[in-house]
Amino acid sequence: MTSPLEQKKIRIAGPSVVTANRTWDGVVVYRTAQQGWSTVLSDAAIVSTSDDARALLAESVADDVGAVGAYIAPVELNGGVIKPGNLREHIRSKGVTIDLLPA
Amino acid sequence: MYAYDELDRTLINERVSEFRDQVKRRLSGELTEDEFKILRLQNGVYLQLHAYMFRVAIPYGTLSSKQLRRLAHIARRYDRGYGHFTTRQNIQFNWIKLAELPDALAELAEVGIHAMQTSGNNMRNVTSDQWAGVAPGEVEDPRIWSEILRQHTTLHPEFSFLPRKFKIAITASEHDRAAIKIHDIGLRLHKNADGETGFEVLVGGGLGRTPFIAKTIKPFVHGRDILSYVEAILRVYNQYGRRDNIYKARIKILVHELGIEKFAREVDEEWRQMGHSALTLDHSAIEEVRSRFSYPPYEKLPHMPDELKEAAHDPLFERWRKNSVAPHKVQGYSIVTLSLKPVGGPPGDASADQMDALADLADRYSFGEIRVGHEQNLALPHVAKRDLPQLWKALDRLGLATPNVNLVTDIIACPGLDYCSLANARSIPIAQELTRRFANHDTADMIGRLHINISGCINACGHHHVGHIGILGVEKNGEEFYQITIGGRADENAQMGVLIGPAVPYAEVADVIEDIVEAYLALRDRPEELFVDTVKRLGVEPFKERVYATR
Repeated sequence: MTSPLEQKKIRIAGPSVVTANRTWDGVVVYRTAQQGWSTVLSDAAIVSTSDDARALLAESVADDVGAVGAYIAPVELNGGVIKPGNLREHIRSKGVTIDLLPA
Repeated sequence: MYAYDELDRTLINERVSEFRDQVKRRLSGELTEDEFKILRLQNGVYLQLHAYMFRVAIPYGTLSSKQLRRLAHIARRYDRGYGHFTTRQNIQFNWIKLAELPDALAELAEVGIHAMQTSGNNMRNVTSDQWAGVAPGEVEDPRIWSEILRQHTTLHPEFSFLPRKFKIAITASEHDRAAIKIHDIGLRLHKNADGETGFEVLVGGGLGRTPFIAKTIKPFVHGRDILSYVEAILRVYNQYGRRDNIYKARIKILVHELGIEKFAREVDEEWRQMGHSALTLDHSAIEEVRSRFSYPPYEKLPHMPDELKEAAHDPLFERWRKNSVAPHKVQGYSIVTLSLKPVGGPPGDASADQMDALADLADRYSFGEIRVGHEQNLALPHVAKRDLPQLWKALDRLGLATPNVNLVTDIIACPGLDYCSLANARSIPIAQELTRRFANHDTADMIGRLHINISGCINACGHHHVGHIGILGVEKNGEEFYQITIGGRADENAQMGVLIGPAVPYAEVADVIEDIVEAYLALRDRPEELFVDTVKRLGVEPFKERVYATR
């Protein structure tokens, strides 16, 4: 759950994706292998080496108009299914863990 | 209420036009995010986990019913139907779209609301006592001085790029409801021996990574000199404050490193050089601002109307009245606090429907005025006592009559990891669970005044350092853990809480808080001894033993 703001060096320890927020509305998006953005995690390009992660991030950051605040996030792969790799990314992917409106 | 003049309206409208152009250029790619970030921050726009977050200022916590209805409209039209009231008299919308923000700002500007300087390294919203102008025993209405400072510091070119954000709070009552001792500058309005109005000036308070209680730099600064003195402080900060390290950039660090005496000498020297400048307020300038505040045409009403005597037979009404209704400076009237802490609800959130309905109630029962307090609750400041029973019924139907003000479930909490990009751990679910654990109002009454504050990271937006019980979320090996402090307070006797021991996991936090409360009930001298006073008398050890003996 380390803040992306504290993500100083790019070293990944497992499968990862690049995520950001779409510029015009702020919605959570994932970088795809087709050099675009998708709101669906399963569409994300998955990288497994630090070099690939750096390259994917550089490409993502260059698309400053499409999305903002790009960073590398861990994912888990279970039988071909991609899941967020930590609580922060789970919340970004699935939404808040609380009832939105007052009880 | 304060009535904006043509200059205010022009300023706000021009700002909307300017930001509309900036957003347009950002979306077209003419501006990069790096270039745009400082511009959006100056208009209260953050980027959070799920979306942009839009923070709107409620200067000195005063809202008209018309303004509250507009906030409800913004929540409904541009967001997801609710807003979050913060610890600094702002409201935040969590799901705003950048492309729609200029329209939202334009709609707010129509009712005199803006988001200028609600973020960024500048002078933030000048806050005050939510009971300003109606509290018995108040020296005078502190909002007049808040407004003078707001006008002077809004878009002030010298203070638009400070080393870090800068917050001022003002109180004019003996009991500090504005938490002035945890602000960069705290101002306590009082009168000197000659009966002249002025301020005790405190400086260098703040929470976050390095918490400090503000220190008095000047026991009395005459009201006419307050602008120049505050400006002298800001100039010293602007000159010497660190810009090389964000963690050491707040004025509290400068005050700490220089020492309060040396810092005071620097300010005095700057102030001396300024001499009698244009910043010296003449009587007419102060009176001009004072005249723009309007006060209700109060009726002459009995202290104890029949309606109130009759309603006193209803124990539910009486519980609410004793908890949420406070004396007013005018006989026959009351100040009513509306809890935004329902059992199981997110602290400080209000739905658009609640805001609309509350605006109607404000029109009917409070001369169209609503207040916002730093405790994340609202207030109706001018309610005739005869109307209290009817108002209570209406508030109860809206879910705004939970009788828990200042009690264990009146929890201050930041948005935490559910919303915030800086957070390490969740705050709101912890608060929700605690409100369920202490949902029994008899139990809460028996415990008495007890403030729980929760922050999801060291930035301390939930003011955990000064909670009677403070809860700080941290991360350990990818898991949420929480440090617990006790004995803090944010009032005129402000002090930091003391850590009781190692952090506990998410699932154990509510159990630990229950243990602490049970320990307090067993240890207090008498029922009237408040939790914070028991901690002061005994220290943290008895509580620590209770919490960790079986863990």
